Amino acid sequence: MTSDSAVSGRPLSDPGAEAARATAGILHDTLHGSARGVVVDSPPGAGKSTLVVHAALELAAAGRPLMIVAQTNAQVDDLVLRLAGKEPELPVGRLHSNDSDPYDKALDDLDNVRKSARAGDLAGLDVVISTAAKWAHVQGVEPWQHAIVDEAYQMRSDALLAVAGLFERALFVGDPGQLDPFTTVGSEQWAGLSYDPSGSAVSTLLAHNPDLPQHRLPVSWRLPASAAPLVSEAFYPYTPFRSGTVADDRRLAFGVPSDGSGPDRVLDEAAESGWGLLELPARHTPRTDPEAVRAVALVVRRLLDRGGAAVSEQSAEPVPLTVDRIAVGTAHRDQAAAVRAALTELGVAGVTVDTANRLQGREYDVTVVLHPLSGRPDATAFHLETGRLCVLASRHRHACIVVCREGVSDLLDEHPSTEPVQLGVTVKFPDGWEANHAVLAHLAEHRVRWEPGTA
Amino acid sequence: MDKAALASALGSPGTFGQSQFAFMRGNAFEAKVKADGGKELLRLLGIDDPAGALVPDLAAAGPEGRAARTALALREATAAGAWTLLDHPLLALDVAGSPAYVEPDAVVVGPDGRWTVVEIKSFPMIDASADSSKVGAAARQAAVYVLALERVAAVTDAAQVAPGILLVCPKDFSNLPTASVVDVRKQLSVTRRQLARLTRVEDIAAALPEGVTFDLEACSADELTAAVESVPHAYAPDCLAACELAFHCRDRARQAGAVQTLGRSVRGELGGLTTVGGVLAAARGEAGDPADPAVAALRRAAALRAEALAGTAGVPEAGVCR
Amino acid sequence: MSLIATLARLEAVESGRAQPLATVRHRRLTERPMVFVPLTTAGEAGAPLGALVGTDREEPRLLVVAQPRDRDLRSAFLAELADVLLPYVDGFGDDVELVERKETDAETGKKVTVEVELCADAAQLIVPSRAGAEFVRLLGRSMRFRRTAEQDPDTPYPAPPRVPLLGRWLTHYGERARVPGSSLLLAATDLLNRHWATGQSSLEDQHLGALLAWIDPPDGESGAQAALRAELGRDREGMLLRPPAGPATDPVFDNRRLAPAMERYDRARQLLAAAEDGESADERLGELHRAEREIRRLVADQMRPTWDAVWRALDLVRTLPEGSRVEDRWTRDRWSFTAHRDRVRAGEPPQPRRDDAVTAAQKLAARETAQAQLEAQEALDDPLVLAGRRLSGEAFVSEVIDVEMAWSESKRPSPRPLLTVRTEDHPHLGGRSAKVYRSLDGKPQTAQFVRYEEDGTLVLRVTDRMGRGKDPAEGSVPVKGDRIAWTLFEHDQRGGPKLPDPEETPWTHGGPPAGFAGGTPGSHVAEMPDLVTPEDLL
Repeated sequence: MTSDSAVSGRPLSDPGAEAARATAGILHDTLHGSARGVVVDSPPGAGKSTLVVHAALELAAAGRPLMIVAQTNAQVDDLVLRLAGKEPELPVGRLHSNDSDPYDKALDDLDNVRKSARAGDLAGLDVVISTAAKWAHVQGVEPWQHAIVDEAYQMRSDALLAVAGLFERALFVGDPGQLDPFTTVGSEQWAGLSYDPSGSAVSTLLAHNPDLPQHRLPVSWRLPASAAPLVSEAFYPYTPFRSGTVADDRRLAFGVPSDGSGPDRVLDEAAESGWGLLELPARHTPRTDPEAVRAVALVVRRLLDRGGAAVSEQSAEPVPLTVDRIAVGTAHRDQAAAVRAALTELGVAGVTVDTANRLQGREYDVTVVLHPLSGRPDATAFHLETGRLCVLASRHRHACIVVCREGVSDLLDEHPSTEPVQLGVTVKFPDGWEANHAVLAHLAEHRVRWEPGTA
Repeated sequence: MDKAALASALGSPGTFGQSQFAFMRGNAFEAKVKADGGKELLRLLGIDDPAGALVPDLAAAGPEGRAARTALALREATAAGAWTLLDHPLLALDVAGSPAYVEPDAVVVGPDGRWTVVEIKSFPMIDASADSSKVGAAARQAAVYVLALERVAAVTDAAQVAPGILLVCPKDFSNLPTASVVDVRKQLSVTRRQLARLTRVEDIAAALPEGVTFDLEACSADELTAAVESVPHAYAPDCLAACELAFHCRDRARQAGAVQTLGRSVRGELGGLTTVGGVLAAARGEAGDPADPAVAALRRAAALRAEALAGTAGVPEAGVCR
Repeated sequence: MSLIATLARLEAVESGRAQPLATVRHRRLTERPMVFVPLTTAGEAGAPLGALVGTDREEPRLLVVAQPRDRDLRSAFLAELADVLLPYVDGFGDDVELVERKETDAETGKKVTVEVELCADAAQLIVPSRAGAEFVRLLGRSMRFRRTAEQDPDTPYPAPPRVPLLGRWLTHYGERARVPGSSLLLAATDLLNRHWATGQSSLEDQHLGALLAWIDPPDGESGAQAALRAELGRDREGMLLRPPAGPATDPVFDNRRLAPAMERYDRARQLLAAAEDGESADERLGELHRAEREIRRLVADQMRPTWDAVWRALDLVRTLPEGSRVEDRWTRDRWSFTAHRDRVRAGEPPQPRRDDAVTAAQKLAARETAQAQLEAQEALDDPLVLAGRRLSGEAFVSEVIDVEMAWSESKRPSPRPLLTVRTEDHPHLGGRSAKVYRSLDGKPQTAQFVRYEEDGTLVLRVTDRMGRGKDPAEGSVPVKGDRIAWTLFEHDQRGGPKLPDPEETPWTHGGPPAGFAGGTPGSHVAEMPDLVTPEDLL
């Protein structure tokens, strides 16, 4: 796999210029186009949030009242903070729920942000932001001329149905490779319908409005040159992207040399190549495999102990790898809880440990991942879901270290993909089984075998 | 190998076989779809007012001969630039180092050199939707045909294989055909990787102990059982719908007390515990390391279950009990 | 599967008998359910072969289609089925109670109280298995668009009016069965599987005979042995001892018994048609009747064991006392039944082939609400279900060890007592201000998680349902020594947001559906009937 295979052999142009062209096209269609909607696909770390803020400011500057729809309260608060950071004078409304503690207290320090649980109180402000769930309850207001729908691929079609009456036209932005929306009840009877309520908002939108302009942010600024080709090929085979940096731009170094242990060797491998697989002996284990959990915690401990420092295009000097630049990703909540406990035991505090669902949209220098299939006796659809692996493998700027028991490729072979197929449903994404194999094959080149308890 | 006969000889016959009603209807439907030089088929492919296609004769001696005849017909049809219907062509595919032959219901060659696999099934499409597990199975089957066709296309000028196959089914409750294009790109990539990973057939044979034979005439049931046992297998309840030997394997797995007889998902929370006795002993505190999270969870589950069933310490409803 | 259910299965393996998964019954069984055991013809969509149907276990009504490819015979079957089912359904339509309900006045937009009818009970349909429920949907779909001679004098094969009407009812029941916790249409296998765990997999549990064998094995036999016999046992002639619960038949039965009998029947019909005089016609008619009786006997024999098994399943499930919140869900079923009765009486057209965008979204939202409600209600009704939620950290049972009165800091202070409770459970009380709920006289009371004490006890602050006064109402605050089950999930479910009316479907979802475009709102364009081919015979 070479770094330019993802752009199908075209000569590498300046990534900044390429990204700027894409952004200019998006803004042009949004501000001056005639279509009611514009869709933007954004791979991991391609500057989606920057684009949303940029587009919001341009629309506000053009005197067009704007509503922004995001999916979670954390995303909404984050956008409010970013907008205020860029343009402190901009009058922004934060529409929130009636629950206790409904928004980030940091918003209280912003002079031009008004907060209310009633949309009527926020009328006339340049930008009003809330979650899809809250917007769905807004009634009896004048429709907005413009909307931006963020994380649109994670929004369900029925959620869009509930809010689409609030705006005339909209910019839809999202990452098609992350976890799909889902429902806990049967919805097969609507599969194949253009407006399947359990499908993604973008699928419905495009099925009914196939002529809408569709754009793609072509450059990932987050993923290093070592990761973009793999992630692009495994998870975005039909819409490839590239890294905005080249191999020498990102470097990871340690002040303390390796002690020869498994965790240290895998750290060196990851520092060198961007990927590391710490492989424990094959064994069937419960989800909270104590050895694997401890191995994850040890890797994090050593990462901090060895005085890791990251060099990147963002600063001339090496930046120390502190706890806030490291994250641990797991498939299940109980695994995350077990890793947190193991980290506390090792005296590590402040490292983010979360499930793939909650890591969506976040970015770190180094991630340590407990492989979703590690030690499992079976491979369920949940564990094979492409989006889950994609999220876990695409949060890092420098390196990703995967901790896994041996035997996952055999497990995959025992669970061949037998997904049901619904007529009329557009294939958008590679098969989870296939993507898992592709990632494993790549990780195998960066494998460090380790038996805990030994050096 | 005739697995159904082997299963009968082992004393665990399954319930397989096809009703002649379904068989007759399936055949009649396929004939109807292909009648008149495939006019109906071309209409389903979206051709207005089709005049009918060329239907070359694919008869030849032996599978190799038939596969060669098919390849030739594909080349001629592509060169001819006219609609051509290949009825039951035979395609060769390399599986684990041995040639395997597959036979799609039909392949249609378009004037633009595009080859489309046609699968004709007798389950209905009602209001444009169909049983998703049956469509999934058809898609995986068709992906193998597409793969085999790609091999021929690679050595044929101006030929390309369509990644969408045409699935033809009866419409609603009638015997009128209707069709849907099914995108099999996912199944294709999976099939490619599976074929690449398949152990070579010789390797499987080489791994067997010497003298193992499945000769139904010559062997006793015991000898056959021993022979089947020597082949590695992993029973799961899903096997019951797919394999003639499943009831035999289930019997063996149950005798061994294997927990996966209760379903693949059961093992997910049991970690290294694999037998019914082992799990129950761990749950009752008779065995197992309490530091193992699986054992700890089992003991908690057992205690909570016992408490609820005893009803004494339990709470009649989530409220107050004084 | 939860670990508690897994344990139950393992115990079933060990003991050779199914083990309880519930201590109460979580579904309504009405006094007089209608049992429907259908069989279908292999390879044909919606070509019924026969059925046993009725409310009296001793006297099922036998319906058989001697030649399923004959349109007239199929039509007669459906008409006969309607003769049995429709009077049963209609029997629940007029026994009503009057209920007050808040509605939005169409003209003023204000909420007004109106009095509406609610059927006192509803028709209940029981089928053997999930495949049977799917067949009910299929029958409903195949019947509801049939045209009657009155609707269209030129229709090629007119149906009696009760056939499309039954199609609409079956469609309604099929849809309602998709709502979690509904009891209008139940599969016997689902009923049993909800309440017992067998020593086999959930896949094998779809076989009604094997399932019953585990729950209620014959004396001296283990569930495993009895189940094996139910699955695979065949008589000397190769016929299954326990024929499949349908609607699919055993291929061996089709090939060895049914096909020859049908051939004899077809031949007798041809001969009768070719009879040249009265005497030979009489003789040949007798032959035809004999051939038909033989098919009826064969088909009846295939269905009778299933019929008995369904009633046996009902007996078994009835031995469990009904959970206290089942009544609440059954009331929703009665509303659903009443609403469909009203649509039929108002002369509305049959349900469309596929839902429009708004209807689909509404149904999905309703089912998600019902699912959450069902999970909460089952846990509140049944300590064994609650045990599963306790294991997963979503509930905990605790003992109150101290109560300290406190009040809110407002102008009119309200009681906010602090409870110190001890629990052996491990609730996932993440983050500050997590809320927990307990049931107080059937209504949820909320408390806020305050902190863990150093000795592992929890401090909770009760925040509601203590009356309006400064002092809490009698019995509304727990006292020392109380054992209380708290849940982290809410007991009631809020409905989702209001969706637009179908005629207001937004551009993102294709705009208003064709039935509304330019037409009067609310007037669906009736769907066309299905195409029929002149020859059904393939």
